[in-house]
Amino acid sequence: MSAAAHGIYSDVIRERWRKPRHRGEVPGANAVAEDVNPLCGDRVRMMLTVAPDGRIEAAGFIGDSCAICTASADVVADLVAGRSRADAAALEVADVLNVLQSEIRPTRMRCVTLPVSVLGQALNGSKRA
Amino acid sequence: MRLDEETRPDFPILQRIVNGHPLVYLDSGASSQKPRSVIEAMNRYYERSHANVHRSIHTLGEEATELYELARDSVQRFIGAASREEVVFTRGTTDGLGLIAETIGRTLAKDDEILVTELEHHSNLIPWQLVARDRGAHLKAVPVLADGTLDMAALDRLITRRTRVVAFAHVSNVLGTITPVAEIVRRARAVDAISVVDGAQAAPHLRLDMSSLGCDFYVFSAHKMLGPTGIGVMYGRRAVLDTLEPGRGGSEMIKEVWIDRAQWNDLPWRFEPGTPPIAEAVGLTAAIEYLEKVGMERVGEHEQALTRQTLEGFARTAGVTVYGPPVSVDRGAVVAFAVEGLHPHDVAALLDAEGIAVRAGHHCAMPLMRRLGVVGTSRATFSVFNSPDEVSLLLAAVAGLRSAL
Repeated sequence: MSAAAHGIYSDVIRERWRKPRHRGEVPGANAVAEDVNPLCGDRVRMMLTVAPDGRIEAAGFIGDSCAICTASADVVADLVAGRSRADAAALEVADVLNVLQSEIRPTRMRCVTLPVSVLGQALNGSKRA
Repeated sequence: MRLDEETRPDFPILQRIVNGHPLVYLDSGASSQKPRSVIEAMNRYYERSHANVHRSIHTLGEEATELYELARDSVQRFIGAASREEVVFTRGTTDGLGLIAETIGRTLAKDDEILVTELEHHSNLIPWQLVARDRGAHLKAVPVLADGTLDMAALDRLITRRTRVVAFAHVSNVLGTITPVAEIVRRARAVDAISVVDGAQAAPHLRLDMSSLGCDFYVFSAHKMLGPTGIGVMYGRRAVLDTLEPGRGGSEMIKEVWIDRAQWNDLPWRFEPGTPPIAEAVGLTAAIEYLEKVGMERVGEHEQALTRQTLEGFARTAGVTVYGPPVSVDRGAVVAFAVEGLHPHDVAALLDAEGIAVRAGHHCAMPLMRRLGVVGTSRATFSVFNSPDEVSLLLAAVAGLRSAL
């Protein structure tokens, strides 16, 4: 079975599913959003701490989600931490796919895009410094 | 000869190789595969007899009408309805439940009550939410007990003189629970409430007899019972149908029309506006004939045996949780399960890599998922063509999953 798993998920997805680096509450987060994937009920909450100068000081996520969605959320948090708000807002699904290094079937693409869309909601909802 | 040994050659799709493995199709609860006789009957119809039904005064039109109405007779026999006028064709279970909700909804008043259950598919919940909102009615739900059965004591408390509709599934699409239909119908009738049964997961597996169930409405789809997509059945008890205005308007459902009014057609056409799914009705007839030839008792026994084998196998598998009634209780051909440490979608994706098709997710039953305390589950469902060997393949694959990611 492990061989099958190697076939369908990249090492990046498997590693980030087993040991996500950014999973957990972000104390003092001031840009937060949560959404669900209506296809499967997966839920992801992205939490950002945006400094007065617009730099994202901390990023994290919590969620009930599959390996692909969890890995995507972890990569999103990775990619935006330390960046400016404008840079974070420009993050695209392609950037996440580039890190995941896995062929994603159309039926699972929403698992990748959910955290990216939640990031956008968090940035739009937060107060500008 | 075991049933699957007889039936497997009849299903062309079972020859498929999926991801390098022979297909193991365990998702008939979502949509079953089709025997050759169904596919050929629909092809033959399109190649020889297709025309519109009912008002075509030519040979093909007469043949199409005859075939379409023959499907009604087949359904009447299959479900034990008292008359063919009680069999209304819809586009499927969701369409049928929506039609009933719209039709009955118009007769509801403020503070009337609609009673559903916690184990409903969204198709038997959302239409009633819409009706309740539009009419100022109240929606209540019978809770599910820890063993996956309905809390009948709570049902007795929740059903009141204000209850106008009691809508519930015959078989849960997640837990496999078989609900006591006749008993619930009796309690609904005691307060003059209309009973609506979602039979989507029951019709493919149980022998149905409307006279012994006694319900006012019973709804199901052809595509889960070896038939085509795009057609379903709304059985309505004649005494109730006679009192109802049509839910939807159009051609076919009228006798005479003026600019400002119309006279309704007779039953069952009053509830069938527009051109119906004719080829699909032909396919449904073939599906019913297939099931009748096997015999629904035998269908049920075969699927029960596969379900038992799955439940007993999972009980011996470390890290696997199953949901629903215990193995000793009769249930539908459904086993929902969870693998420790794995998300249901990953379970389904990993099994697919071995050619095994199961469903994963909330199964359109989010309130039930909340009750179970999970986001979703994986789910294996069985049909006449599934074999004990396929169950063994599932069990072996699932046993190896925990180390897979």
